[in-house]
Amino acid sequence: MSFWTRHHVFEKNSIILVVGILLVIAIGGLVEILPLFYLKSTIEVVDGVRPYTPLELAGRNVYVREGCYLCHSQMIRPLRDEVERYGHFSLAAESMYDHPFQWGSKRTGPDLARVGGKYSDDWHVTHLTNPRAIVPQSVMPAYAFLASTEVDPETIADHLKTLRAVGVPYTDDQVANAAADLSAQASPDDSGTDALAKRYPKAVVRNFDGKAGLPTEMDALIAYLQMLGTLVDFKLYNEKANLR
Amino acid sequence: MSQPLIQPSRAKSMTIGESGLALVFTVTAFLCVIASAKAVDRPFAFHAALAAAASVASVFVILNRYFDRPATLPPQEINGRPNYNLGPIKFGAAIAMFWGIAGFLVGLIIAAQLAWPELNFEPWLSFGRLRPLHTSAVIFAFGGNVLIATSFYVVQKTCRVRLAGELAPWFVVLGYNFFILVAGSGYLLGVTQSKEYAEPEWYADLWLTIVWVVYLLVFLGTVIRRKEPHIFVANWFYLAFIVTIAVLHLVNNPALPVSVFGSKSYIAWGGVQDAMFQWWYGHNAVGFFLTAGFLAIMYYFIPKRAERPIYSYRLSIIHFWSLIFLYIWAGPHHLHYTALPDWTQTLGMTFSVMLWMPSWGGMINGLMTLSGAWDKLRTDPVLRMLVVSVAFYGMSTFEGPMMSIKVVNSLSHYTDWTIGHVHSGALGWVGFVSFGALYCLVPWLWDRRLYSLKLVNWHFWVSTLGIVLYISAMWVSGILQGLMWRAYTSLGFLEYSFIETVEAMHPFYVIRAAGGALFLIGSLIMAYNLWMTVRAGEVEVSSPVALQPAQ
Amino acid sequence: MNAILIVHNTASYLVTTVWTPVFVAIFALIVAYALWPRNKAAFDEAAKMPLRED
Repeated sequence: MSFWTRHHVFEKNSIILVVGILLVIAIGGLVEILPLFYLKSTIEVVDGVRPYTPLELAGRNVYVREGCYLCHSQMIRPLRDEVERYGHFSLAAESMYDHPFQWGSKRTGPDLARVGGKYSDDWHVTHLTNPRAIVPQSVMPAYAFLASTEVDPETIADHLKTLRAVGVPYTDDQVANAAADLSAQASPDDSGTDALAKRYPKAVVRNFDGKAGLPTEMDALIAYLQMLGTLVDFKLYNEKANLR
Repeated sequence: MSQPLIQPSRAKSMTIGESGLALVFTVTAFLCVIASAKAVDRPFAFHAALAAAASVASVFVILNRYFDRPATLPPQEINGRPNYNLGPIKFGAAIAMFWGIAGFLVGLIIAAQLAWPELNFEPWLSFGRLRPLHTSAVIFAFGGNVLIATSFYVVQKTCRVRLAGELAPWFVVLGYNFFILVAGSGYLLGVTQSKEYAEPEWYADLWLTIVWVVYLLVFLGTVIRRKEPHIFVANWFYLAFIVTIAVLHLVNNPALPVSVFGSKSYIAWGGVQDAMFQWWYGHNAVGFFLTAGFLAIMYYFIPKRAERPIYSYRLSIIHFWSLIFLYIWAGPHHLHYTALPDWTQTLGMTFSVMLWMPSWGGMINGLMTLSGAWDKLRTDPVLRMLVVSVAFYGMSTFEGPMMSIKVVNSLSHYTDWTIGHVHSGALGWVGFVSFGALYCLVPWLWDRRLYSLKLVNWHFWVSTLGIVLYISAMWVSGILQGLMWRAYTSLGFLEYSFIETVEAMHPFYVIRAAGGALFLIGSLIMAYNLWMTVRAGEVEVSSPVALQPAQ
Repeated sequence: MNAILIVHNTASYLVTTVWTPVFVAIFALIVAYALWPRNKAAFDEAAKMPLRED
């Protein structure tokens, strides 16, 4: 065999190697991931889960930005102690509008999947401002600066539109009123609170940080924390229907 | 493009690569200035300005390099020997050392923050922003540069051919480090998409994709032009690493930016699917970045340093295919007992347990390569570092499958046990094999004798002590915390509040920080040793003639 | 949706039926290739590749 024909065969070999690698790594991903998109049992059928309100979404973005997920999970496992400590185990449906998901992988602090309603707004403000003022043994960083940063109402509608493009079912009505809803949720005297409640059932309207003026990142983050895990009514949830 | 004003006597012209790249960077510089001006948030404006500056610098460097170089390009061979391209490798090796120290330092800082929370300086230097900086700095900046540098070295040496492309290899190392710069500064400014080990936002991801494709082309181009009939097994592992990371990166990261002039984006995947994609990515980043890539280092550097052939080349072939086939399935073990469907979790667990076998096959192959040369472990601390790294690999790849069993995982998940497991792999395996490779590579690249073996010995023992402190502290704290969470009183109530379990972790967090400090000190000793090797080391007389062309 | 269903049906068919034998066969081929006596010399040569200098 001449040098050139031999060379040719081996030139092909490195391509064959690449194709082989691609085939071998494709199979695992395809078999494990593809079915999650079309098997109906992947996400339970539940009532109550809705997209985030503009203020909750802004708070969620603060949660993501500050890396809260690095120490707090949002995924209660169906183990006896977890269910007793945190509440009903988490359903896939509860995070179906989460882009990205925030299940977390480490609990340096407690799970937050159902932290909504557990503590008062005041508690959250004090705790976020200086965690050790309320929990002396805490190792959490302080987030006092959130109270002095206002949330920009101008761009929030763009966030809703982007999320709609990746599959979150925001309505035209919700997108059009995003800026108004953002301010209304943190000011109980606002005339738009009824419309907000209609657009987002169970949305909590309060002056979360206790300060006047436009909503701050503190308002937004607490609004998000206070709604976590509150959307599904587990008294009405049909566990048997969703066994899988 | 502007032509040189004074024509040299020989006809000299720009290559297509030089002119094309200079043109592309001129356009990018222009676009980035516009993007910076129109930015909707400050981090994006900063990154766009950074990219504009880097583009201008690139154009300047490309033109400068062109005016300085002779009319003919470097020859492929000199006197019948390949004219190896070592410049980008030298850069990669040096900057890997820099990023390593930076990454270990940030690790030490966040370890200390968990022990003494007063050390958080908000907003830029809080734990939540520094932690991704630590993980990215050690995995992608330190590990990535070690992999790029060693792969460029090994592929040239084992194919006996000069690296493909002249500007392309430089584009890969510089472009990759620019990605690191954008990603790392972004974390401090709060730019993250919160997917662990895939935190960089959409524009950094796009840039990495371009760099990575060029990396694949350079590597593959070199393999295709090889003078050796056989593709050496280390190159198989490097190729699997490059190809798979490309696939993982593309599939895990599709995101839609809120504004093309803003840093924030929303990932295409949501909820349970996003979780599955993320940990399919996350675990295979371990499998193909931190394992396959570094196994390539093992398969070249251990035989080379021990001066023994690979124990069983046949085993290495079986090792390769079974490892890459099994690894890709293991991701769901990060999601045991979550809302991910059970069948997926079971598949993930099964394959994770099976993964133990090829992992140990590889470990045996690495260790047994020393048969007939065991005495060298006493005299050569560099070889000892490489071999101990393989031992740590064996330990982590036993612990991993064990932790992927659901009952064990129900205890270990969410606790420091996971952190301990990761670090026995990261510090012991990836760290030590990288250190060993750099201790080999720096003297080879600069044609020097290593400055001091005694300092290597110090590095080895200081770091080993650090690792032992680190992982034993995390084992104890992890198992303790897991047990405290599920402890019940005789009356059937939960025995401990959450904060009591946090308080119980304090002594172990102090010990962990001490271990991390030792590991950092070890790397500083190493940096000094390598610096002195390059600056003041003796020229290695016995080495082959320097093959750099006379410029 | 049809395309996805076809992929799903094919994938689940493969996974539930011939998947295991197919991969056992591929694995056996790889082992045979690695252990084939005629390849021994080439592999022994390849194992020494890092040691060759130029």
